[in-house]
Amino acid sequence: MRFQLTEDQTALRRATRDLLERRFGERERRAAAGGGSLDRALWRTLGDAGFFALCLPERDGGVGLGFPEAVLVFEEAGRALLTGPLIATLRAAGEVPGAASGETVVAAADGWTVEWLAAADVARPDTADAVAVRSVDPLTPLHRVARAARVDPVAVLLTAAEQLGTAVRVCELAVQHARTREQFGRPIGAFQAVQHLCAGLLVRAETARAAVYAAAVTGARTDIAAARLLADEAAVDGARDCLQVHGGMGFTWESEVHLHLKRAWVRAGRGGGGAAAEEALAAALTA
Amino acid sequence: MDLSHTPEDEEFRARLRAWLATALPVLPPPPDPADWPARRARDLGWQRALYDAGYGELHWDASPTTRLIFLEETEAAGAPYVGANFVGLLHAGPTIAAEGTDGQRRRWLPPILRGEEVWCQGFSEPGAGSDLASLRTRARRDGDHYVVDGSKIWTSHAEVADWCELLVRTDPDAPRHRGISWLAMPMDAPGVTVRPLRTLAGSAEFAEVFLDGVRIPVANRVGAENDGWRVTMVTLSFERGTAFVGEVVACRRVLRELAAAARRDGRWDDAVLRRRLGRLNAEFLALWRLTQWNVSEAAAGGGVPGVGGSVFKLRYSHARQDLYDAAADVLGPGALDLDSPWVLDRLSSLSYTIAAGTSQIQRTIVAERMLGLPRGR
Repeated sequence: MRFQLTEDQTALRRATRDLLERRFGERERRAAAGGGSLDRALWRTLGDAGFFALCLPERDGGVGLGFPEAVLVFEEAGRALLTGPLIATLRAAGEVPGAASGETVVAAADGWTVEWLAAADVARPDTADAVAVRSVDPLTPLHRVARAARVDPVAVLLTAAEQLGTAVRVCELAVQHARTREQFGRPIGAFQAVQHLCAGLLVRAETARAAVYAAAVTGARTDIAAARLLADEAAVDGARDCLQVHGGMGFTWESEVHLHLKRAWVRAGRGGGGAAAEEALAAALTA
Repeated sequence: MDLSHTPEDEEFRARLRAWLATALPVLPPPPDPADWPARRARDLGWQRALYDAGYGELHWDASPTTRLIFLEETEAAGAPYVGANFVGLLHAGPTIAAEGTDGQRRRWLPPILRGEEVWCQGFSEPGAGSDLASLRTRARRDGDHYVVDGSKIWTSHAEVADWCELLVRTDPDAPRHRGISWLAMPMDAPGVTVRPLRTLAGSAEFAEVFLDGVRIPVANRVGAENDGWRVTMVTLSFERGTAFVGEVVACRRVLRELAAAARRDGRWDDAVLRRRLGRLNAEFLALWRLTQWNVSEAAAGGGVPGVGGSVFKLRYSHARQDLYDAAADVLGPGALDLDSPWVLDRLSSLSYTIAAGTSQIQRTIVAERMLGLPRGR
């Protein structure tokens, strides 16, 4: 049993982080927050890097990697606040022409919402009755659908990976701020009240990491359901506590923190929220 | 990322499982919890059986993955946990194995492994709990002996222990972490008085130990004089690393029992209760995965589990309390009846966020040692 990352997996994570830092840094993120348009050039770059073809078999022109690798890549996407219908497009690779290469942008109804519907070339399944809403997340345009769409377990797993990325990132942001912000003549991170908030951030993130990575390895329904619940909690509660550590700055539009919280909310609502996962795990207890 | 075991480990699992199937049915039933000599005899007898079957050393002399399988399988089969052997197998033994001389290892380790001697832990004092390094029990040199005066508290199994791993102050003038030594104290030495302490669960699970001019041979010191703090930290990191593996398996079983009870009592239609149990299932599944993560890390990095154990301990101790609070929900009015199942476990779960480092101390460890936040007060 070697649960830790292999060298190849560590390298993949590193390369993904480098790519996203180069192509989706703070400047691009700020530009994206201004309007609801999708950066098509970035989308093609992601396609060229094999982002959407990760799990497609090599014989179909894909990268042929497994869920553990996909989870690592989506963790990085979550961490970077990368925009666009990433999961819908990845799931369409091999079925919708151009999806794998990043030429075609695919949106999908997931539970009660569709992300990036107006910007997409293809929408799956039928989203004719979708109604635009003013999205709480400035980086994710949203539509609502009248009938809840079927939930795709792979989408749940990849969402959990994105949430993990957020959980890890907000922990880092909170710790950075606690180390440098001074009050009462010392860094606020020297106060136990702040230290313990930060410790909670790490504990939730690391517990979620174990659950998400295990779900990627086993692909089991119960593992995916657990990963989802733990990762939603780590991302949402983590972003909240990160905001708290940032004090007044955390409440500003200027700060990055609110973007993590709002994105975590959007993802936590996918697949109709966590209720189905709780029910599945309850049912598994009596199986 | 790989969760599968090697063929050797799987073969070990199969052999162990087959042995448990023959060894457990002939085990006598658990004695009255108040009957300490009977509990001692049963716990030692089980350790002897493990030893005779070749499993006696698994708690510290096996690869982390083998130990994980051992703890997983024994708990799943309903075998007794370490009980009175806890300190010997999980604290004092590993410390002696890591830090003792050849002679000390020969003297103390075989009786622990063969289920012949019980150890207890003399660390905490009435004035030194979370701030363990402030301990004041004093040891003065007198020829080839130390003469020890002071008192220890929260000492489990003191009534039936043969030995105590004792932390004493050997240099009161040194900085506080540097004046401590680790001694093996025979519990029958003149001047040792044990006074049982009753816990909120009603039973006497631990004791106070008073030390009045107790003479301990200098040869019983493990590690150098005044190096006891470092020696002890080796022990404590064992405690925070793999000590809870069996308990996570047990909690997952309790969760299934709660679901079965809720169904039996017609409570399964209650969506709030059902989803609460579902969420706990996620929690303990994640804790199991985190255990595997930590064990895999220990296997890759060698022997002693690190501060990652603090993350696990924090999450687990609160999850255990949540589990038994959920049990109270399942029981309804039965939660107030001490004869209902789980009620005593609910009471003892209250110690988990306190014992072996409170949650507050653990959070400070995580903040300062893992996150690198400045040291505070």
